Amino acid sequence: MPDSSTKIRVLVAKPGLDGHDRGAKIIARALRDAGMEVIYTGLRQTPEMIAEAALQEDVDVVGLSILSGAHNALVPRIIELLRANGLGDVRVFVGGIVPDDDIAALKAAGVTGVFGPGASTETIIAAVRESVISNR
Amino acid sequence: MFDPTPILSGDRRALARLLTRIENGAPEAEAALAALFPHTGRAHTLGVTGPPGSGKSSLVNELAKALRARGQTVAIVAVDPSSPFTGGAILGDRIRMRDLSGDRGVFIRSMASRGALGGLARATSEVVTALDAAGFDKILIETIGAGQAEVEIARAAQTVLVVEAPGLGDDVQAIKAGILEIADVLVVNKADQPNADAAVRALRASLDLAHPAARHWTDGAHHHHAPHPDPLPAGEAIWIPPIVQTVAIQGKGVDELLEVIEKHRAHLQASGELARRERERLSHELETRLRDTLLAGLLARLGNGQLSAALERVLARELDPTTAARQLAERFKTQDSNSKLET
Repeated sequence: MPDSSTKIRVLVAKPGLDGHDRGAKIIARALRDAGMEVIYTGLRQTPEMIAEAALQEDVDVVGLSILSGAHNALVPRIIELLRANGLGDVRVFVGGIVPDDDIAALKAAGVTGVFGPGASTETIIAAVRESVISNR
Repeated sequence: MFDPTPILSGDRRALARLLTRIENGAPEAEAALAALFPHTGRAHTLGVTGPPGSGKSSLVNELAKALRARGQTVAIVAVDPSSPFTGGAILGDRIRMRDLSGDRGVFIRSMASRGALGGLARATSEVVTALDAAGFDKILIETIGAGQAEVEIARAAQTVLVVEAPGLGDDVQAIKAGILEIADVLVVNKADQPNADAAVRALRASLDLAHPAARHWTDGAHHHHAPHPDPLPAGEAIWIPPIVQTVAIQGKGVDELLEVIEKHRAHLQASGELARRERERLSHELETRLRDTLLAGLLARLGNGQLSAALERVLARELDPTTAARQLAERFKTQDSNSKLET
């Protein structure tokens, strides 16, 4: 078992109204199998709920699963609230359906990585781990 | 030097960060807990245990809402299992606690068990200490829910709720010692299901058999205690665990449950049982810390060489583990008296 003192904590959340959480659950499970502690909050989370959960759980990473197309509204709002909570150092990843044209703007808003339907879990795990290690 | 002011004044970010350090056993956590300890002892700690699927998280959610309606602040510690193979965990208790989001009088923290048995994580009691110092009125501790061995919660919490649901076990399950013995309040959740009455009857029938009149730990660690200065007088103020029926997802029975919980708190105070349990809990904690400290010191002084040499002899079946441990301890004593002679 890896040393618990370096345990990576990740919040996996589904903001917005789409009800498809299969992808979020697959990611949660993959991160768990990579030795991380994954707080899974379920469907239909508001940006406020996500930022508050990230604060209480003191996570290193927030993973947002969005399939509804509302990422351009939801993601910057969540990052803004995280910063307002003093969580500017928390790394944010977005997974789901995000058009290539939107990725640059999300990254400019503070997103560390965006993963589409083709991304392998290995790639995602590596990116999450790398973002935390470089941040500590 | 740790400054406890942010925690004591309700800085949630500082509290969350401290809880992480406590979980990780970081060196700063020790100083922080030392500084916070004088500010503890005020919160009412409530344990919620019971088998998986009995509705613990939903009930905790409803209890927290009802407590908030009565003006009390609430902290929730929800423990879920870590994978024994990867050390990872999925902590999903927040899914059923979404109603509590956005209320600054509620603080929810998910904890992975990180290899600990007994239904809690190793650091749970220290996390509760920090939440107590932070000033929460009620601290709800939700165990993993693995089953009959989850008795750690009886030490960690003042009032223990054991949550059952119809159809999870027959009446033989109900008379098993352990989980039922630690109950201060029995909750039959999902009481709208057809066989709820049977579950209540089975619990009621076994209560007299299962529940001892008073608690005396017999796990070996405590039998050498001095007697408590003010033991509960025999036959007086005995608390018989009430059985409360709830339907957590509809909020039914929750107010009644809360009344019973407050009644138990009043009983603990009036009977002196609260002081007894506090003594028991802190005595256990003191012994555990002492054992850990002594062991760490012993291992450091013995060095890896002697320990692995002993292990090789045990593996070769030349020595049994108990004798090997005793011999290592003897060597430690000799070193100890030698060093005393030198000084």
